[in-house]
Amino acid sequence: MNKLEVKNISKSFDGNRVLNDISIELNQGELVCLLGVSGGGKTTLFNIISGLLSPDNGQVLLDGKDITNQPGHTSYMLQKDLLLPYRTIEDNAALPLLLKGEKKKEARMQVSPLFEQFGLEGTQKKYPAQLSGGMRQRAALLRTYMFSKDVALLDEPFSALDTITKSSMHKWYLSVMEQIQLSTLFITHDIDEAILISDRIYLLSGSLGEITGEIIIKEPKPRRDDFNLTEEFLEYKRKILSLL
Amino acid sequence: MLPSPIEVMQAFVSELPLLLENSVITLQEAFIGLFLGVSVGFCAAVLMDTFDILYKAFYPLLIITQTIPSVAIAPLLVLWFGYEMTPKIVLIVISTFFPVTVGLLDGFRSADKDAIGLLRSMGAGCLQIFRYIKFPSALPQLFSGLRIAAAYSVVGAVISEWLGGFGGLGVYMTRVKKAFAFDKMFAVIFLISAISLALMALVGFTEKKCMPYRNIDNKGEKI
Repeated sequence: MNKLEVKNISKSFDGNRVLNDISIELNQGELVCLLGVSGGGKTTLFNIISGLLSPDNGQVLLDGKDITNQPGHTSYMLQKDLLLPYRTIEDNAALPLLLKGEKKKEARMQVSPLFEQFGLEGTQKKYPAQLSGGMRQRAALLRTYMFSKDVALLDEPFSALDTITKSSMHKWYLSVMEQIQLSTLFITHDIDEAILISDRIYLLSGSLGEITGEIIIKEPKPRRDDFNLTEEFLEYKRKILSLL
Repeated sequence: MLPSPIEVMQAFVSELPLLLENSVITLQEAFIGLFLGVSVGFCAAVLMDTFDILYKAFYPLLIITQTIPSVAIAPLLVLWFGYEMTPKIVLIVISTFFPVTVGLLDGFRSADKDAIGLLRSMGAGCLQIFRYIKFPSALPQLFSGLRIAAAYSVVGAVISEWLGGFGGLGVYMTRVKKAFAFDKMFAVIFLISAISLALMALVGFTEKKCMPYRNIDNKGEKI
């Protein structure tokens, strides 16, 4: 069964159609990319899925249950890490638990064993300003994970990182995702990134606000290190460029 | 007319018991006034931040309260509330709540909108957003306001004592002025400055304790 299903979502702002009858689905354990130009309504779609914004039409279903307009069911992570500068990494990561009403001590206890898995050993008592961009993004992912162990919505999470850090973050994220059984919907405008990490890619046209194509990446995971240098990779890229 | 520093020092030492006795009264007024002023300022800021209509209705009035010279209202306050502590505290509240309210309002507005959105996506309510984002984001501005308020509280106490009272540094000041004891006058002026500075330092110390994350330099090292 689909983990997450978005059915016929439409949304207009002041008469401008930003999203037009969008339907996408996400299966358990899958990483699906939404690829499109910046400002093409991708973030609007995420705001609707996460319940922050209400759609003009359509439904969002999680495990078959209607969660349209209900915040708090999916974990949402933006391009900015949005770590609170006045809280230590540990307390930032524990924030979702505190919001659910857990005691500070218990929340910290639940978070601390995960620091190693997320590659954050030794940063518990540090403040976000003391961490590098890649580490901050990991901490933000840990917080995202603490919120929901099911579905993560990632809005260009790695776009502020340099290419080398980015590729190591991809590998790391895919391995973490597998370990913790996470399903991910991933926004990007980077075609290479999309091909490298996705199981499937939806192409979102900015001007129409519609899904213009769906591409399945058949390359098995974990992907070869030189996958982005292969003919298949270029073939996928050509196909995407022709559809965009 | 202008006493030498040595004369001022001598006056300070010889008058020390009297000065201390009077400072206790002044400090008491300043602390109670500051505490109430900060509380009023805090509540006003929270209400005005939550309800935009209150902001629009009361913000101009708040500014007007600050344009009235405190020397002008102090005698009225004495007439209304007597010579005891009440009029002094009222005056201090009027002069200290404003920097706190303005600082907090600015601080609340500086809170990261995306961070608020993120917490909402996690199902956080208004109170939680206030506790985890709005209030901590406003701490730097709150402390700037507090520092000003701390200085105002001492000056406010002294001014209100000038215009009527039984004790305190302001009353002492009017007495030595009438006796043309300029050395004592300077001694008390220095004492008042010292008290204000000490209060501001106390605020600064609390600020550092409350915001340890600010003591980090650009390289991410703790200072």
